[in-house]
Amino acid sequence: MPAFAFSEANQAEVARIRARYPADRQASAVLPLLHLAQAQHGGWLPRAALDHVADLLGMPRIRVYEVASFYDMFNTEPTGRVQVRVCTTTPCWLCGSDEVVAAARETLGIEVGETTLDGRFFLREFECLGACANAPVMWIDDDFYEDLDGPKARAILEAVKRGEQPVPGPQSGRRGSEPLGGPTTLLRTGE
Amino acid sequence: MMLRDQDRIFRNLYGSEPWHLDAARRRGDWDGTRDLIAKGRDWLVEEVKASGLRGRGGAGFPTGLKWSFMPKQPTGQPVYLVVNADESEPGTCKDREILRHEPHKLIEGCLLAGAAMGCTAGYIYIRGEFVREAEVLQAALEEAYAAGLLGRDAAGSGYDFELYLHRGAGAYICGEETGLLESLEGKKGQPRLKPPFPAAAGLYGRPTTVNNVETIAVVPTILRRGASWFSDLGKPNNTGTKIFCISGHVNRPCTVEEEMGIPLKVLIERHCGGVRGGWDNLLAVIPGGSSVPLLPKSICDTVHMDFDSLREVRSGLGTAGVIVMDRSTDIVRAIARLSKFYMHESCGQCTPCREGTGWLWRMMTRLAEGRARLEEIDLLDEVTREIEGHTICALGDAAAWPVQGLIRHFRPELERRIRAAALQQAQQRQAA
Amino acid sequence: MPKLTIDGQTIEVPPGSTVLQACEAAGREIPVFCYHPRLNIAGNCRMCLVELEKSPKPIASCAMPAADGMVIHTDTPVVHKARRGVLELLLINHPLDCPICDQGGECDLQDLTLFYGPDHSRFAENKRPVADKDLGPLISTHMTRCIHCTRCIRFLNEVAGVEELGACARGEHMEITTWIEAALTSELQGNIIDLCPVGALNSKPYEYRARTWELKKTESVDVLDALGCNIRVDSRGNEVMRVLPRLNEAINEEWISDKTRFAYDGLRRRRLDVPMVKRDGKLREASWSEALRAAAERLAGTGPERVAAVVGDLADLESMLLLKELMAALGSPHLDCRQDGAKLGIGPRASWLFNPTIAGIEQADVCLLVGCDPRSEAPVLNARLRKRWRQGGFRVGRIGPPRDLTYPVEELGAGPQTLQEVVGGGIAFAQALRDARAPLVVVGSGAVARPDGAAVLALAASLPVQREAWNGFAVLHRAASRVGGLELGILPGPGGRDVAGILHGVEAGEIEVVYLLGADEIEASRLRGAFVIYQGHHGDRGAAAADIVLPGAAYTEKHATYVNTEGRPQRGKLAVFPPGEAKEDWRILRALHDALGLRSDVATLGDVRARIATLAPHLARIDEVTPANWEPLADAGAVDRAPFGYPFDDFYRTDSISRASAVMAECSRLARERRASEATGTHG
Repeated sequence: MPAFAFSEANQAEVARIRARYPADRQASAVLPLLHLAQAQHGGWLPRAALDHVADLLGMPRIRVYEVASFYDMFNTEPTGRVQVRVCTTTPCWLCGSDEVVAAARETLGIEVGETTLDGRFFLREFECLGACANAPVMWIDDDFYEDLDGPKARAILEAVKRGEQPVPGPQSGRRGSEPLGGPTTLLRTGE
Repeated sequence: MMLRDQDRIFRNLYGSEPWHLDAARRRGDWDGTRDLIAKGRDWLVEEVKASGLRGRGGAGFPTGLKWSFMPKQPTGQPVYLVVNADESEPGTCKDREILRHEPHKLIEGCLLAGAAMGCTAGYIYIRGEFVREAEVLQAALEEAYAAGLLGRDAAGSGYDFELYLHRGAGAYICGEETGLLESLEGKKGQPRLKPPFPAAAGLYGRPTTVNNVETIAVVPTILRRGASWFSDLGKPNNTGTKIFCISGHVNRPCTVEEEMGIPLKVLIERHCGGVRGGWDNLLAVIPGGSSVPLLPKSICDTVHMDFDSLREVRSGLGTAGVIVMDRSTDIVRAIARLSKFYMHESCGQCTPCREGTGWLWRMMTRLAEGRARLEEIDLLDEVTREIEGHTICALGDAAAWPVQGLIRHFRPELERRIRAAALQQAQQRQAA
Repeated sequence: MPKLTIDGQTIEVPPGSTVLQACEAAGREIPVFCYHPRLNIAGNCRMCLVELEKSPKPIASCAMPAADGMVIHTDTPVVHKARRGVLELLLINHPLDCPICDQGGECDLQDLTLFYGPDHSRFAENKRPVADKDLGPLISTHMTRCIHCTRCIRFLNEVAGVEELGACARGEHMEITTWIEAALTSELQGNIIDLCPVGALNSKPYEYRARTWELKKTESVDVLDALGCNIRVDSRGNEVMRVLPRLNEAINEEWISDKTRFAYDGLRRRRLDVPMVKRDGKLREASWSEALRAAAERLAGTGPERVAAVVGDLADLESMLLLKELMAALGSPHLDCRQDGAKLGIGPRASWLFNPTIAGIEQADVCLLVGCDPRSEAPVLNARLRKRWRQGGFRVGRIGPPRDLTYPVEELGAGPQTLQEVVGGGIAFAQALRDARAPLVVVGSGAVARPDGAAVLALAASLPVQREAWNGFAVLHRAASRVGGLELGILPGPGGRDVAGILHGVEAGEIEVVYLLGADEIEASRLRGAFVIYQGHHGDRGAAAADIVLPGAAYTEKHATYVNTEGRPQRGKLAVFPPGEAKEDWRILRALHDALGLRSDVATLGDVRARIATLAPHLARIDEVTPANWEPLADAGAVDRAPFGYPFDDFYRTDSISRASAVMAECSRLARERRASEATGTHG
């Protein structure tokens, strides 16, 4: 089994993370360290990374396996490097997430739960992302793309495929979660 | 009547201004924080009690009362404040706006709440998916530390308070306060048995209060403007302002801070441009996040958006995540998708929830297509009641209630589908 | 004391009780799955829900502290509905394969469904598939039957202290697993089979071999270590089908080690089932009368000073007494029960007992281990030490090489000079022992099985561990026969030789005949120059050196008494008959008396026991520990510098039965592989 170790740059981050928790409660750092390990390892956590984090924090390894398998954001199997996740919970579904999923499947040429043959994209459905007033939402790596429809989702993914970084956030032209066309409140702000 | 802008707490809800400390200060944050702390623990708790503030995370428990459960005398041992920023309830997206646009309201609120309860440290548990929001909040925390507003002698108050950010990793159940504490301790987010309650044994077994982001973020303004200012808004037992998130079939979905008790119809028509296709095109509304039973249009016509009014109509204010469905909606599929959500998010610990949520979803999926027998509607209802009230945490209830609401208000639709499917089957058989 | 009303009955319970305990005290039976009194409360199965007045929801009685004034109802429609609901939900994904399930007939799910459950299924969906897990050679899994009570996980975390099982994934996909599909390593793992309330975890060796209702159940005691764990031997026909623990709070609570549980396949292999006499250099079958006559002739024809006897580790009290009497009648003083050469049995009785008792460990606050590896020598006792550590306020120090005991241990040093320092008060731990309320010193059998053993023993006995009504001096034996042997004086008589002397005597030509009563832990090759009569049950080391074999009975095949490390006599019972022509051991020795024409007034086992009662009345007080008076030991010379060693490198193969067991051999192989890979750092 290939070994895993945090990169030099990440070791400093490991120290910063661990400092947030009491010395005798270092297991608290497991989620942040797994996030860090997963980012370093290209989007998934091999067993060596889980074992490394367990040993680092003095946890029985099975406890780290439990954690890694419990939380949705951790992948314990190899996945594509770019994680494309479409929210399909009811508020997004009401606003057309089916179209977004279809656009993603067609653009990436894969089914939900699959990785593209070149190992670049991983597509999955996700539960409510907490941006319901900007539904439907697609979450690519660290960014939310909001107020989507099929064509907009397609355009974003095509851009990502070309290596571009489309501007995240609402694709409808509004700011944040204000009503489209301008806010109905806070009209005096900025005075 | 409409909430005046000067009575709105979150002036930067939409991010029209920077979130940074100097901009936040211009909006009034961190103004006289030291003097507020100087008034003492009792004053802080009493003022929050007097404001009538009820928890904004869903359960609506009186915040000041919750704070008063914490030990009164310092023991030299740690006491914790934990902020629940695991916003994951479908239909809810209010805390996200605070986290990314008003982080200093939250941080200042943490300091004041910490001072009110004698906490030695605080952790803000933010859902893992909010990567950018966590970046903003972390930067805001660093600003606050750099400005001496946190840490030793925070804000010059003589009170030491450490505040840390902790990222979750994708589990709705970590929004349940004891599931959150388990997760924060580095375990699976499986809710704990109560008692003991967190105020007695919470994070690391120490006294802990867990509060929602919005609850904490409104505290500085309440303390600055006075409990009575807050309690004069809304109505008795349902005071103050509230951030509503309106999603689904409205013309202009949005997040907006309004007065507690605003009529649902007013909320939708004033801020969201009305229901798509007009009010009469309304089918149903889930008024408080996915966990509360839906309301058919007839109730939506008149209901007010506050804890007590919604409880009277057998639903709830919950997180004030308002999911609007017009008449084009396949209501059974809409609720079936929620059943799938709860199945996916069940931690797996308790029998009724682990086993029952999957059963509900499978039956709901068949019902959505009419592939069911009429008596299965009653079975579905019975299964919800085998789950409801029988689990450690409220996820079981949350999975049960939307289905119960559907049966209560849309039973004829369920029966129609079953009959239609049966008829179609019979016709196919005849043709074959 | 909180006072509650339960179904109209007022009851007072001790503070700290749960509602469930209160209900049981009130005589109300509350059905449970996840709750287990020896494990942390999980509260997850929801079977124990009861109604609490003024509570909006039914409460989990296992987890709810009993409080003054609570009004509880256990027999209401709400409670019945909740129970029926939980059972229905447990059953929807359960395969209902009871007819082929090993748990059938002793299944909590089956039993509770019968009483409280639905009588038909309303579940029209597909059942959940769950892949079985490979947990190694001892436990087979049928994970579709799992009800996720997590007892197995909690046992391994809490009692065994080897965290290897977890509940991975979540919701309906949650599975009990090691995640890495590796064999469990705990030497107590078999207990999770008993704890599993359904047929998810089964005994792999027993799998599909019997139905519980066909088994004859015999309550007995284990002899594979010196604890005398209480067991139940389940047999069918004349075959032991499985070994299970029996509750005994004083000894093993409800746990047994994997050797105790799984070595029984060794009872069928390599058995001596017919008398044999060596002719023309080869052991050949003989009749009992031929064999006994040959033995008698040899014994009678040899000068008594040239005859010796060694008693093995599995011998029972009754046969030891008859052997002692035989040797006395022959006039030989060369008799010993200490195969390992332990320097025990010279001083007062308290110098060889586990005086504080096993349950007394829970009173101790400081513990010093002297040349003792309780985890391999007595895993169940180690679990008791761990239990004490988990209660908090327990400091454990060790003199001897480090080994993982599953709880933290302060390493004080490796050998007797460290013990001298502790006695001299030179190290901090000495102060802790002095200050302790109930200090405990556990001397391992390995620490005294060395040339300076008597000095080590005397040194350890000089530690300040005596308190008012507390004697913290404890010897942990590993041989089931040992304490009984010492108490009966199975020791060299005046001018007699111990085991080393006997072996030396054989090599020097001074001992001509050696009688081995199940003695398999000596260097049998050194007996080549002697005429060896071996009485025992396995073709192991002793029999390999034998000229005459007298086939005896293993512990499951005889009514016999054993005295455990505490000095507690207990009765083993015959579960199956000895194989072939083999006999209960007391009968063989009785017959040998006859063959020698010796006067013997014992005709029955009862007569033998009556003799024991006369000689040592405390050995007739079955199941009781008769405390020994404490007297300081005489100085026994100087200790040397050699570090302490432990008797076992291989827990799984320590005696003629476990060495014959294929199951133990497999466990042993896996343990060796694990150690090797850990040593080379390729694990994980």
